Amino acid sequence: MTDVSAPGNPPFRLSMLIHDRRYRSLTFQVIVFILVMAGLWWLVDNTIKNLALLGKNFNFGFLFQRAGYDIPQTPIPYTSDDTHLRAAVVGLLNTLIVSVLGCIAATFLGIIVGVARLSKNWLFARLMTVFVEIFRNMPLLLWILIIYAIFTEILPTPAAYRGEDAAWSMIFFDHVALTNRYTALPTIAMTNDPGSLDLGARITVNWATISFVAALTLGVIARRMIRNWAQSVQDRTGERPRTWWMSLAVMTVPSLILIRYFGLHLVAPELTGFNFTGGLNVSNALVALWLALTLYTAAFIAEIVRAGILAVSKGQTEAAYALGLRPNRTMSLVILPQALRVIVPPLISQYLNLTKNSSLAIAVGYMDLRGTLGGTTLNQTGRELEAIVLMMLTYLALSLIISGAMNIFNARVKLKER
Amino acid sequence: MKQTVFLGTVAAASLVASIGLAQEGSTLAQVKERGELNCGVNTGLVGFAAPDANGNWTGFDVALCRAVAAAVLGDGNKVRFVPTTGQTRFTALASGEVDVLARNSTWTFSRDTDLALDFVGVNYYDGQGFMVRKDLGVTSAKELDGATVCIQTGTTTELNLADYFRANGMNYTPVNIDSNAEGEQQYMAGACDAYTTDVSGLAATRAAFADPENHVILPEIISKEPLGPAVRHGDNNWGDIVRWTLNALIAAEEYGVTSRNIEELVRSSNNPEVQRLLGVSDDLGAMMGLDAEWARRAIMTSGNYGEIFAANIGEQTPIGLARGLNAQWTQGGLLYAPPFR
Repeated sequence: MTDVSAPGNPPFRLSMLIHDRRYRSLTFQVIVFILVMAGLWWLVDNTIKNLALLGKNFNFGFLFQRAGYDIPQTPIPYTSDDTHLRAAVVGLLNTLIVSVLGCIAATFLGIIVGVARLSKNWLFARLMTVFVEIFRNMPLLLWILIIYAIFTEILPTPAAYRGEDAAWSMIFFDHVALTNRYTALPTIAMTNDPGSLDLGARITVNWATISFVAALTLGVIARRMIRNWAQSVQDRTGERPRTWWMSLAVMTVPSLILIRYFGLHLVAPELTGFNFTGGLNVSNALVALWLALTLYTAAFIAEIVRAGILAVSKGQTEAAYALGLRPNRTMSLVILPQALRVIVPPLISQYLNLTKNSSLAIAVGYMDLRGTLGGTTLNQTGRELEAIVLMMLTYLALSLIISGAMNIFNARVKLKER
Repeated sequence: MKQTVFLGTVAAASLVASIGLAQEGSTLAQVKERGELNCGVNTGLVGFAAPDANGNWTGFDVALCRAVAAAVLGDGNKVRFVPTTGQTRFTALASGEVDVLARNSTWTFSRDTDLALDFVGVNYYDGQGFMVRKDLGVTSAKELDGATVCIQTGTTTELNLADYFRANGMNYTPVNIDSNAEGEQQYMAGACDAYTTDVSGLAATRAAFADPENHVILPEIISKEPLGPAVRHGDNNWGDIVRWTLNALIAAEEYGVTSRNIEELVRSSNNPEVQRLLGVSDDLGAMMGLDAEWARRAIMTSGNYGEIFAANIGEQTPIGLARGLNAQWTQGGLLYAPPFR
């Protein structure tokens, strides 16, 4: 047993690529890389060959042709004379509208239901359990269709509001009408219109809107400064000054002044001809889709919230009580900051799911990205591959942006010492 | 562990690689080998293509599919009907899922060129119209300003509608629907004031209502909709077969050849055109790879064009469409089959 060979590097032999641990993993990685690349090349090559066989080419020129179709809900000005590209952007904005509305509502509802499931009230907690189990265990598409069908079948046509002794009358002081096509809401009008800022591409933003956004942003900043000042006073003197009236003032007074200045008032929709006009008609497709996405996703978020709260040990609550904190402060200062650490990462997935699920909009004729670019445009131009590729890339980008933003938020709420 | 993952990836990649290229070879050979014609039809439009209570497809478009199957395979029942929506129909044809598409599809320039389809003829000259409830009191499409209109997405009607309202300076709200059944439901619930599609489709839809007398089809025809069977670009022989099967049905009506008198005419007719059509004298079928009796079988399956029209959508049926533009050229219509020689 006297091995005298020098411990240096033995000369390289080809078989060492398989038998030597140092090279083996590298060998496999190279092989797999080549195979994956070959597979990808084969897929692309196959697609090109088959397209050529069908006499089709791959180009995005169709995006700049006249679209020729109308879209019911247009967040930016759009007519049938615009291009397919603009139609796709309108669709994307419609996707964003329902996704953002859905995420906000689902978060609120989810937190309420999640906390309520932990309630000591037996009946209340069980009801919430039933809610969660019903909504998360049935396909979303069914919920969308059911809610839409309920709107269509139960609510009256606009004609039911006609005449002296109409079968239905408008609610909220004659400002809102529920119909089986849309909910007619009042619009906001101004007596002193400051004009609009032109952003190009026929997109304009009214200066009044900009003023309100600026006022609210300044209000939030001012509120934070007030809170910091109160904190420093408390740190110095041990006495926290009353600040609620200051916060309320900085948040509301500038807006009230602006409302007065621009002469903002509500204009109720009116029944003229076939439909309500002069107001904002929110289509039932949007409402049904939004409700279904909200209820479905809220059921999942409720479970995430419940799990997050249960993940904080009971000892924390008891310790907080022992220090004399009241229950709501215990929740906001002790439990929630720790629960968020568990809640936020799965919450990101739910937001991504909701956004992607919004493409089921086509079932109720809500013209989102899938309805414009992946629906009518695809059909009228016959550019299936291009439209689908573009749509996939858009959803991918959208999802990455959402998860990027949420990751930043997560980095802020997670426990700093870890 | 790592290596197992790698090996799994390799296995998956090779699986993907084993899926073959798209089918090649002539459509005629494929259909003959399969022993069945794949025909793309409507998902359900009474009179044109709809399955009956026993699951048998019947209708105006269905009869054309059966005629092609009879000409090619010798049996009008050797057809597999593939229901397609306005959205899926052209993809189904382009991908080879169906051999021929007979689904109330409008022959347009871009479909014929850019979509790489070949419309082989017109089997129904149609136009887009509007249907409304009688109690709305609307008598003209020009009175539809501000109306909510149900429209099937992915059809030429969507573009015509936009153009028509724009040209007349009127506003409307479109309600996009995916299939005729959904459109019917929305229209019946009053979620739209008007339903628009080809007039033949409106008549067929109305015929299925419980109260057809309460609905009226407005007189304006806002577009030309020549509906016809389509095949893929690139297989001209197959296109010829479908084209001349349709022409044979039209010519048969012109020459008075019906499914009832065809046997007798084969024996006794001394009209040379009829003799050529029925394969008594020249062998026209051989010129496109079929036998001499192809047209005879096509006509015998469901009758000539006139018989098919009368049985499925004519005035004696609940759909009640008049021949109008779809009469023979000798009767003041547009049907005109080129000569068989």
